[in-house]
Amino acid sequence: MDTSTVSSRGADPGALPVTLEVNGAALSLTVAPYVTLLDLLRERLQLTGTKKGCDHGQCGACTVLVDGKPINSCLKLAVTADGARVTTIEGLGTDGRGGALQRAFIEHDAFQCGYCTPGQVCSAAALVAEGVAFTYDEVREYMSGNLCRCGAYPNITDAVMDVLRQQPGPDT
Amino acid sequence: MNRFDYERATDVAQAVGLADRAMANAAESVAPARFLAGGTNLVDLMKEDVECPHTLIDVNRLPLRAIEELPDGGLRLGALATNAETADHPLVRARYPVLSSAILSGATRQLRNAATNGGNLNQRTRCCYFYDTATPCNKRTPGAGCGAIGGFTRMHAILGASAYCVATNPSDMAVALAVLDARVRVTGPQGERTIPLLDYHRLPGDQPWRDNNLGAAELVTAVDLPPGDFSAHYTYLKLRDRLSYAFALVSVAVVLARDDAGRCTDVRIALGGVAHKPWRVLDAEALLRANAPDRALFEQVAARMLDGAVGLGDNDFKIELARRAIVRALEQAASGRPQSHTDKRLA
Repeated sequence: MDTSTVSSRGADPGALPVTLEVNGAALSLTVAPYVTLLDLLRERLQLTGTKKGCDHGQCGACTVLVDGKPINSCLKLAVTADGARVTTIEGLGTDGRGGALQRAFIEHDAFQCGYCTPGQVCSAAALVAEGVAFTYDEVREYMSGNLCRCGAYPNITDAVMDVLRQQPGPDT
Repeated sequence: MNRFDYERATDVAQAVGLADRAMANAAESVAPARFLAGGTNLVDLMKEDVECPHTLIDVNRLPLRAIEELPDGGLRLGALATNAETADHPLVRARYPVLSSAILSGATRQLRNAATNGGNLNQRTRCCYFYDTATPCNKRTPGAGCGAIGGFTRMHAILGASAYCVATNPSDMAVALAVLDARVRVTGPQGERTIPLLDYHRLPGDQPWRDNNLGAAELVTAVDLPPGDFSAHYTYLKLRDRLSYAFALVSVAVVLARDDAGRCTDVRIALGGVAHKPWRVLDAEALLRANAPDRALFEQVAARMLDGAVGLGDNDFKIELARRAIVRALEQAASGRPQSHTDKRLA
């Protein structure tokens, strides 16, 4: 891209062009450089499934998948996501009744207030897809960036383990 | 967050040129321009008004993401490779597992997926007084004073601190890089240079706003690891208040090599969480060289590494914790039983 078109100057800088694929839809937007991906998703695109918890990368409520990998959308300036493929909770389980993880969360009662749940499910979806965690301890370590103030961790871990057991193992 | 100019650079020379122009005529203690990579620390600090750069230079499009073998058999870690990509890389896991282990013991999957190697080296301290703009901090505002001295000091330094700053460097990755004798490649207005990892970060002295020896407008482009296979005897032992997603109270990285008779031919030990930089004491390491490892010797090494350690009150316990952690880490490395980052029981 011609860099002359992607600089923004001034006390009230103008918006920059940003192209994103969000939950399968190609979007072309103009975004001010100080807008986080989280605020873009919630305030501009009305994808309010992704939650704002601490807004400092500590709680994981804002977890979304960028190019398949879980990140804290509150710490990512939207202009730096130009060209990225973003998946939010709304993009998981598109059969209308939730994906395997969402069903497992319900089955295991893996929440109380539910505020952390979209981030938990996004993290868990990446965990399952990446095939990097297989044991209870590994799941807990992998998902330590998703806090649950209600303390539903045992059931969250059970739900994730349940889905993992349905997956082909690392050696199969 | 303050409003800022945003520039997206496409090559290293352009990024450095933009920074050089933005830095011109600026006081040394303030940063009118910052390079933006993963943003996991910088964006957070901007939200807190701790960092208020006038210009952000987005370096994410620079071709610095590769992890590739060097002609001498070493490994070059691109500055824009993420911490997760680095920890998971097959060559890092095979030859430099202490680095994988250290990275994976830090932060969270989400943060490691965004944070880059260059950004990890340049992250700021997590001293709560540095973060809290209602308290004085010489690192944030030169000459303002230090809120930590006489305050809550559980997370603060026991080695190398000054009357102006007692903050610690929060990086786990840098502690592992310290024992690997990594070299930091940087490019600035005067061209390229290489800085040994141990000379990269600074002690606070009377200029605590300077975290490292990077010049104004210099950009980290890569971290080079020297050739070698450090997979037989290593560990990264990290002790903290929670079992995951917490900064180190004390951490210890060790790599060592043993000859056929079992004697240590090479040993390197670095501490994290105790100083303004990764802490190595070369003459403590020399106590082990050419000797068979045993606990009495490990105790001597630990004592030597902690020469001059001073507690601030809340963190007095870290001196004894560090002493025991050094001994345990040396036992782990010597016996080939490295600490797991998922099984939290001590190896």
